[in-house]
Amino acid sequence: MSRQFDTGAAPHFPPQSTVAGVMQQVLYALIPGIVAYAWFFGPGILVQILLAVIFALLFESLILKIRKQALKPFLGDWSAVVTAVLFALCLPPLAPWWITLLGMLFAIVVAKHLYGGLGHNLFNPAMVGYVVVLISFPQLMTLWIPPASIAPHVLGVGDVFSAIFTGKLPPGLTWDTVSEATPLDVIRTSLASGQMVSEARQSPIFGSFGGLGWEWIANLFALGGFWLLWRRVISWQVPVMMIGSVVFLGLVAYLIDPGSNPVPLQHVFSGALVLGAFFIATDPVSGCTSSRGRLIFGVGVGIITLSIRRWGGYPDGVAFAVLLMNMAAPLIDRYTRPRIFGH
Amino acid sequence: MHIDSVEQARNAGEQLHHFHGGLHLRHNKKISCETPLAQVPLPPLLFVPLLQQYGGEAEATVETGQKVLKGNEIGCFTHLGGGCVHAPTSGTVTAVIHRAISHPSGADGCCIVIEPDGLDRWEELEPIPNWPDADPALLREKIRNSGIVGLGGAVFPTAFKTDDAARQGIHTLILNGAECEPYISCDEMLMREQADSIVLGARVLLRATGATRTIIAIEDQMGAVNQALKQAVKSAGDDRIEIIKVTTIYPEGGEKQLIQVLTGLEVPSGGWPVDLGLLCQNVATATAVARAVVEGKPLLERIVTVTGNGIRKPRNLVARIGTPISDLVEQCGGYANDVARLVLGGPMMGYALNSDANPVIKATNGILALTARDIRPLQAEMPCIRCGECARVCPAVLLPQQLNWLIRNEQWDDAAEHGLADCIECGCCDFVCPSHIPLVSWFRFGKSELHALAIERKQAETAKRRYEAREARLLRIQHERRQQLEEKKQALRGASGKRKKLAEAISRARQDRKQ
Repeated sequence: MSRQFDTGAAPHFPPQSTVAGVMQQVLYALIPGIVAYAWFFGPGILVQILLAVIFALLFESLILKIRKQALKPFLGDWSAVVTAVLFALCLPPLAPWWITLLGMLFAIVVAKHLYGGLGHNLFNPAMVGYVVVLISFPQLMTLWIPPASIAPHVLGVGDVFSAIFTGKLPPGLTWDTVSEATPLDVIRTSLASGQMVSEARQSPIFGSFGGLGWEWIANLFALGGFWLLWRRVISWQVPVMMIGSVVFLGLVAYLIDPGSNPVPLQHVFSGALVLGAFFIATDPVSGCTSSRGRLIFGVGVGIITLSIRRWGGYPDGVAFAVLLMNMAAPLIDRYTRPRIFGH
Repeated sequence: MHIDSVEQARNAGEQLHHFHGGLHLRHNKKISCETPLAQVPLPPLLFVPLLQQYGGEAEATVETGQKVLKGNEIGCFTHLGGGCVHAPTSGTVTAVIHRAISHPSGADGCCIVIEPDGLDRWEELEPIPNWPDADPALLREKIRNSGIVGLGGAVFPTAFKTDDAARQGIHTLILNGAECEPYISCDEMLMREQADSIVLGARVLLRATGATRTIIAIEDQMGAVNQALKQAVKSAGDDRIEIIKVTTIYPEGGEKQLIQVLTGLEVPSGGWPVDLGLLCQNVATATAVARAVVEGKPLLERIVTVTGNGIRKPRNLVARIGTPISDLVEQCGGYANDVARLVLGGPMMGYALNSDANPVIKATNGILALTARDIRPLQAEMPCIRCGECARVCPAVLLPQQLNWLIRNEQWDDAAEHGLADCIECGCCDFVCPSHIPLVSWFRFGKSELHALAIERKQAETAKRRYEAREARLLRIQHERRQQLEEKKQALRGASGKRKKLAEAISRARQDRKQ
């Protein structure tokens, strides 16, 4: 008469989102920026992304095997792919293949899995990978190429593959003729040689408010970022505070000394600031979790980035800023706990 | 500060506020609201559990073989100010047994089995017809003896709350009609079909507690309910009763959340709404109060929503306490073929039953049958990625991901400090977790561990105090003995002094003799 049932704990509706879903949305949001990147700077970035993804998945499988963890759920969560794409977006498009291999080794094996795997890493894996290769091979990491529209030599797909995998350029070309400093580099070296920012900006690599090409890539990354905000995959605190603090402090510096400080928009639209604000500093695992904590985290990344650009030894500082704030995140979280209801 | 809060709470409903977090869920209420209420026929046997009030089981006051009339007391509570369980119909007590009783813990309990005689004969009813002028204490006594408990699902004894309210003094009675759990529509149907009874209950409760106004809070999507209640208030001609629509957001029906929406105030942690001069009751509880006082009838039945994709014809039924759930399902056309889980209550906070032989109890607001498709998870549990969604939706402003971490590492003191006890188990965090971590289950486990730890610590504290007392006693005894010994020695030394004097006297005498 009576019927038996299997039981289960409340809530009886399963959650509506998944880790894989979150990661996939981040990847979708990156697509417009990546397309713009390839449009302005050639197919190198696509090759780097492909390489990074392959290496990331290889290392992920290997370390999961070693750690005796299930392959399917963790390879299927797309987190390694996100790490790989973000790492590739930081590389000069013609960086040799083994740079990517090394970067992914440090990102996936060291920064992610030696700290306990998905959800347990203290530092943003992509940034760890990037900083390792940046510090180890500073020369190679400056081999940026100019936008195709102003480049004296535009490399074809075959040339790009050959450059990445063999390090050989087409006959008659040298790395010096192919590569060119990034806008942030130009500002930096010009200032060091006693020039004004306005003089530095005479270089054709500058666009209307940022670096030529870079400003549009940044715009499209921001577009993807807004979509993530709208989808509630990321929260507004980090991007708003990070970009806001750069604009504010950049403005103060510019107003005090317009000769040696670029306009704030130049800061926002060069380097990795927009990508970092929406896609890197918003990494939930290595960032702050409380909303007040995220405000502080964003401001911290912004200030450190600006300080490194102004006074540090590197033209851009987003990666270092993110890693430094990753270190501070647990402490910030501890002191920004919200007041519990009724307390 | 406390006085200020009470004063501020007087303005309840003038301006609506928000509570932190919450979810916009699909209501899924319509499917069970299309058919009018109907009574479930008498089953061949009624199983009336004695555990139907928050805090513990009642003591049986009947024996096997005894004849009972409808409304006779069959069990009596001794905790939280007392209360009772009544026979839902007339008949014979055929057994007092231990069986499944629809308790959230899944544990069995004592059940009084009544075989109805089919006559449904009432005991002699003792209404209070002059209730508008009656002594409020008499009304509260009637509420207690009528076995009325919070019918929203918490089954907290109503008399305990009204006594407290009368003692501390309250200004506003809030009737909670914001039924926020998806699927459950028993309160909505009640407000539509028995609005007069709710208004009557409100007036009785005003008299019983000394409050000066009533707010009936309903959800903004309940159009028909608003009409019916307005009509009822108008015909009662009582201007102390006000209907306020609140935005539909889960878990707005939670007492603390509703109070925050109406007043902007938070019920203090570990405190009660009475601390703000408020009393919150479910609308169904108000009808039970009206029936008890005006008609003299104790709480014997309640409205139950039978719904979900696993039920052929979802609807609301009036069922006697003790009716097996299978009877209700049968009246709703039986189960759909792919039914997979039977839940007592709503999908967010209800608990899964292992059998439909469980009886309807006072806490049963709904029976939800879900299909395999409803409950299938999208993935297995993954590690927390600290996305913070759980904290964003938590109405208690907790950090669920942090609590999860602390509980898994058995850091009980830290978990307590992070407000584990303030979790209301609404399930919002579970629902949004992309890693599918069963957070609420962990929190329930954590709470039980904290509880056990508190008992253990209390015992340890007692043992420590006992040990210290014993040590002190032994020390005192030792000290006393030493003192006694010392005194004896002193006495002896005193004696030896005499001997010395004697010896001196002798030697002096000898010298004298020599001279």
